Amino acid sequence: MTAVRNETEIDIGEAGEFAGPLPGAGAPHLPQQPDLVQLLTPEGERVEHPGYPLEVSDEELRGFYRDMALVRRWDAEATALQRQGELGIWASLLGQEAAQLGAGRALEDGDMAFPTYREHGVAWARGVDPLHVMSLFRGVDNGGWNPVERSFGPYTIVIGAQCLHATGYAMGIQRDGAESAVLAFLGDGATSQGEVNEAMVFAASFAAPVVFFCQNNQYAISVPLERQSKVPLYHRAAGFGFPGVRVDGNDVLAVLAVTRAALRAAREGQGPTFIEAFTYRMGAHTTSDDPTRYRLADEVEEWKLRDPIARLKAYLSRSGLADAAFFEGVDAAADELAVRIRSGTVEMPDPPPTAMFDAVYAEQTPHLAAQRAQFEAYQAGFDGGAE
Amino acid sequence: MSAELLDAPATRTLTIGKALNDGLRRAMEDDPKVVLMGEDIGRLGGVFRITDGLQKDFGEDRVVDTPLAEAGIVGTAVGLAMRGYRPVVEIQFDGFVFPAYNQIVTQVAKLHARSRGAMPMPIVIRIPFGGGIGAVEHHSESPEAYFAHTPGLKVVAVSNPVDAYWGIQQAIACPDPVVFLEPKRRYWDKAPVDTSGTPEPLFGARIVRGGDDVTVLAYGPMVKTALQAAEVAAGEGRSLEVVDLRTLSPLDLDPVVDSVRRTGRCVVVHEAPVTLGLGAEIAARVTEACFHSLESPVLRVGGYDVPYPPSKLEEAYLPDLDRVLDAVDRAMEF
Ligand SMILES: Cc1ncc(C[n+]2csc(CCOP(=O)(O)OP(=O)(O)O)c2C)c(N)n1
Repeated sequence: MTAVRNETEIDIGEAGEFAGPLPGAGAPHLPQQPDLVQLLTPEGERVEHPGYPLEVSDEELRGFYRDMALVRRWDAEATALQRQGELGIWASLLGQEAAQLGAGRALEDGDMAFPTYREHGVAWARGVDPLHVMSLFRGVDNGGWNPVERSFGPYTIVIGAQCLHATGYAMGIQRDGAESAVLAFLGDGATSQGEVNEAMVFAASFAAPVVFFCQNNQYAISVPLERQSKVPLYHRAAGFGFPGVRVDGNDVLAVLAVTRAALRAAREGQGPTFIEAFTYRMGAHTTSDDPTRYRLADEVEEWKLRDPIARLKAYLSRSGLADAAFFEGVDAAADELAVRIRSGTVEMPDPPPTAMFDAVYAEQTPHLAAQRAQFEAYQAGFDGGAE
Repeated sequence: MSAELLDAPATRTLTIGKALNDGLRRAMEDDPKVVLMGEDIGRLGGVFRITDGLQKDFGEDRVVDTPLAEAGIVGTAVGLAMRGYRPVVEIQFDGFVFPAYNQIVTQVAKLHARSRGAMPMPIVIRIPFGGGIGAVEHHSESPEAYFAHTPGLKVVAVSNPVDAYWGIQQAIACPDPVVFLEPKRRYWDKAPVDTSGTPEPLFGARIVRGGDDVTVLAYGPMVKTALQAAEVAAGEGRSLEVVDLRTLSPLDLDPVVDSVRRTGRCVVVHEAPVTLGLGAEIAARVTEACFHSLESPVLRVGGYDVPYPPSKLEEAYLPDLDRVLDAVDRAMEF
């Protein structure tokens, strides 16, 4: 799985027939694509991969479409809300829906996920209320969900830090003799961080049940992948002593199959896997970013042809698994979701200023209690009480 | 000198951001050993555009987009410094300096001393710091005390375009490692900068407004707040002397001591949490030097001892002119 192949000998036979160009072809700055696991081509054709047979019901297939369409709508609404001043910032997942839903739906009860700040699709799969994500980007709190209850860790902004937490959590599962696994999310840029590399050393050394799920969306803000790695990212795994696999990150079925297999192996005691989900960040890094300064529109156009939602739609329609009524139903549900997200966000009350003193310690220290009292007295001193 | 700087009139109105950009440009022209390193500083020009255009003009070898790894950035800067280069590294946001903290504290700060001067570390670590921009977690920190507490590092905080323009050049020329703190919420503040003038020394405090009743000390983003407070106080018949500390390590307290001996009262303002912040050290030193002149204890205005809060609460967390005036009142009433 991790052999380096010569660019000229790319063999995509195992990955099925590509009707279109390989991801990366025509975009010479992108690495070549040997060993890309794919089960659904960009044209929406279902193909088999010998290593990853996938059993998926028609209902599940429609569910994936629904998931991705709804999450994309949420994302669009959030971007609009940021533009209207209702959010401080938004990190869009546009283009990465398949990677996130495929991975998120591969998780089972008892499994734990550790996200970055872009995993809205995984949050959705874990049943996190979108408004609990919106509150973070609005500046109301640091994320409204309970990470323990939802088995979905806190959004982590310091690049890579969560990979160590995921590994430690996996070590805990191992000690408990539990049959669960952990999914650690990271970006391509994050692979350069020392902490991420330490996480992989620990994971390998202890054969911890953790799967590193790297969404290679080709950029770390403005910095293209080749500044972070001279080899395909999934090759890195070999150096740490565990398997690495590259999957078409815009193919929700392939992501599901590959992630399921890796999580199952982890649960069975076979240790970590590194998954590189090869995808593309279709939008800006965040709403503060201007990608026209560092990448070409052509490249974005190229990737539009590999859209994760369009290909599943094509497959569902062509194979008769979904009809116009189904798609209309999803659109209506998306509209409804957007309304709920919009009104829920706009109406979100500001927290009381004293909230900043809450939960700093298990029990408030006398010093902090006194500081809080002083703060309250000071605030009360303003005419009309600015609270 | 580049056409851009040659054609420009000597005195121009610059933002702090543009002043830093011009200062960096001039330092790079003056010394070919100056190398800029950081995340997104090249093609993008940095997330705050402080290095805008520099890669285009000086090339990818001198303005380096690094891999995403702060320990890597600072650790390789050490090696480059040993080879005679003058690395100027950008940490994208204050909260992201900590992966590099080990390199800064155990290596950068100590190598000169432990090599008995054989290995100078002329490294500048630029950090946009402080809050007030409505950002998410880890983008609004004030980590200066960690660095000022570390022997071997020099720490400065600029508050205005003139100091930004000259300060960055002086920091680069300095043979010691300098943590160079930039007040990110003031990047867009403007002032005329005379680029043909002579700069004041980097490691000196400056009285930026004279007054008789209370000496107010600030640095970085809080200098503007202190000046606003002085303006309002003046309307109420109170005269505040405002000192821009400028250098946090070493501290330059001579002008402060002179001032406090006159006013008898001192208030220190910073965004960082009060506990063990710069204010604590300053209060101790000012009390030692001015004990018999003090009419009130040295008071501190700073962040509360809590993690920097979500942005909806930052207004309540950050010292503003009201909180400065409240401390002034308390000092006067003492
Ligand atoms: C330690 C640290 N350094 C720098 C940053 C600033 N930063 C935020 S996102 C980002 C790029 C991350 O790229 P990648 O890991 O590829 O994930 P992506 O954003 O593309 O999903 C950077 C440099 C940070 N958040 N944390």
